[in-house]
Amino acid sequence: MKGIFIAIGFFFLLASSFRSKQQPALKASIERGLKVYTATCMACHQADGLGVQRMNPPLVKTKWVLGDKKALAKIVLNGLKGGEIVIDDDDFHNPMPPQKTQLTDQQIADALTYVRNSFGNRASAVTAADVKAARDAGPGAAAKVSTAPAVKKTAVPVKKAPAKH
Amino acid sequence: MRYIKSFFILYSFVCVLGLAASAGDTTELNKTAVPADDGGLTLPGSFTSVKFATDLGRARHLAVAANGDVFVKLEKLKEGKGILRLRDTNGDGKADNITGFGKFAGTGIKIKNGYLYASDNSGVYRFKIDEKTGTVNEASVQRIVTGLWDRHQHEAKAFTLDNEGNLYVNIGAPSNCCQVQDRTKGSPGIDPCPILDSAGGIWQFKADKLNQSYAQGVRYATGLRNVVGLDWNTEVNDLYVTQHGRDMLFQFNPELYDQKAGAENPAEEMFRLKKGADCGWPYCYYDNDKKGKLLNPEYGGDRNKTGRCDMKTKSIVQFPGHLGPNDLLFYTGSSFPAKYKNGAFIAFHGSWNRSPEPQAGYFVVFVPFKDGMPTAKWEVFANGFAGANINRATYRPCGLAQGTDGSLYVCDDNNGTVWKISYSGK
Repeated sequence: MKGIFIAIGFFFLLASSFRSKQQPALKASIERGLKVYTATCMACHQADGLGVQRMNPPLVKTKWVLGDKKALAKIVLNGLKGGEIVIDDDDFHNPMPPQKTQLTDQQIADALTYVRNSFGNRASAVTAADVKAARDAGPGAAAKVSTAPAVKKTAVPVKKAPAKH
Repeated sequence: MRYIKSFFILYSFVCVLGLAASAGDTTELNKTAVPADDGGLTLPGSFTSVKFATDLGRARHLAVAANGDVFVKLEKLKEGKGILRLRDTNGDGKADNITGFGKFAGTGIKIKNGYLYASDNSGVYRFKIDEKTGTVNEASVQRIVTGLWDRHQHEAKAFTLDNEGNLYVNIGAPSNCCQVQDRTKGSPGIDPCPILDSAGGIWQFKADKLNQSYAQGVRYATGLRNVVGLDWNTEVNDLYVTQHGRDMLFQFNPELYDQKAGAENPAEEMFRLKKGADCGWPYCYYDNDKKGKLLNPEYGGDRNKTGRCDMKTKSIVQFPGHLGPNDLLFYTGSSFPAKYKNGAFIAFHGSWNRSPEPQAGYFVVFVPFKDGMPTAKWEVFANGFAGANINRATYRPCGLAQGTDGSLYVCDDNNGTVWKISYSGK
């Protein structure tokens, strides 16, 4: 019994050292991203990434974060008015301030890479080139993102008819 | 394993003994009309709490009818109902009959002159209620106020009523500090702030006139960013409100406020309002360290300048930053000790904008009053809502109401718990 735990522990140690050796760029980006997150994102989304009920959406296990990188980068670049994000039938009131004049492509890429690999999330890195592409696409498409249908916390996007009133 | 078993046998034996002892002590039984203290709250000596009801959903504000029924306004519909009636039919101090009505979600609820008033996020409805039986006539529903701003932020329409047929409704500003670009570092404040024409204040309406909106209302007080706690003090006939102060002083101005100063500022403020009051938002904030009203950085503030803030209505109580005062109740009962009479209870929802400092609040505070003014510093009355992790509170106090027996009801909008707090001393 004990042996199994030691073996598992050893495996994880090996795997993590393998991963860090294989992806030093990812590790460095996550470390830089933590600094950006702490300075710019944490006040609202909190240290644990779980946000604030009905105000600031959680960044954990949601398609808004783990899904399309360009759409995610557009939210950060261009911001949201508040109310657009719906997760498990709850919307979130506070606006997301646009970061396009506040942060560089690399800073946004690092912050998003940190978020996509923290709080139990595990998703591919976001590069400065990804953010640049989103920036070059302009804010027009952000409106499309902002009226995107509701997304369930753990499932794929669910189509929902927009409210008529 | 054998030890565990024998421990349980011993434990059961002790329990049975305990039961037998309390059952035999009839004087003790007769004295305690309230059930055992199972509310899990920390209270001053001789106060006890019980969980009157649990799992109600997003319970925002409370009202109690003359027959003792407790009405709860929900921010999110529960099985299609926006208002719940909690009734204790067997008198054991716990709700055992829960029914619902009202197909709208919201925050405010009050009972006045045979009507139950309740708000959604754009106005106020009312229903006829027979207070002797707690019976609400659902078909009697009327729209009293309609068409108020509902723009995501600070949209809750908390309200109260006076004794002269007036209704006072909070219209929170859909903004942090009226910046050109809301909640964005470096964006200047708009001057004058156009939001104040339609929000950021308390509007007065008639309690019995249908379909009123801005044109029929009066802007009773302005310069209030968002008010969720308000109560009419019947002792001195004035409106009192608790304001949620602005966010992001540290994040937007680290050269003026360090992390700790950003968590402690601005003050959450309680105001005694006369008609025409201007409490200063978005131009001014109350600095807890400098002990006064200062200009906000978005309007040229440097943490010293007072500018136009000298002219603004002063608050009568200041609390630490970001605690979220979500309800205010002047205690008029007689079952609590004399010091509580006419004093103010305030339910603090708890903070989020103190991060990266630890969050705070998640308690009910008491401020002693005499002749409508505070006589001592605020004190924590009920605590223990947050649980083990202050940054992920279990319960968030949101609503208060006084029971017909002088007890105090508190509700939370995270789990939908209603506590009944009673005084068991003499």
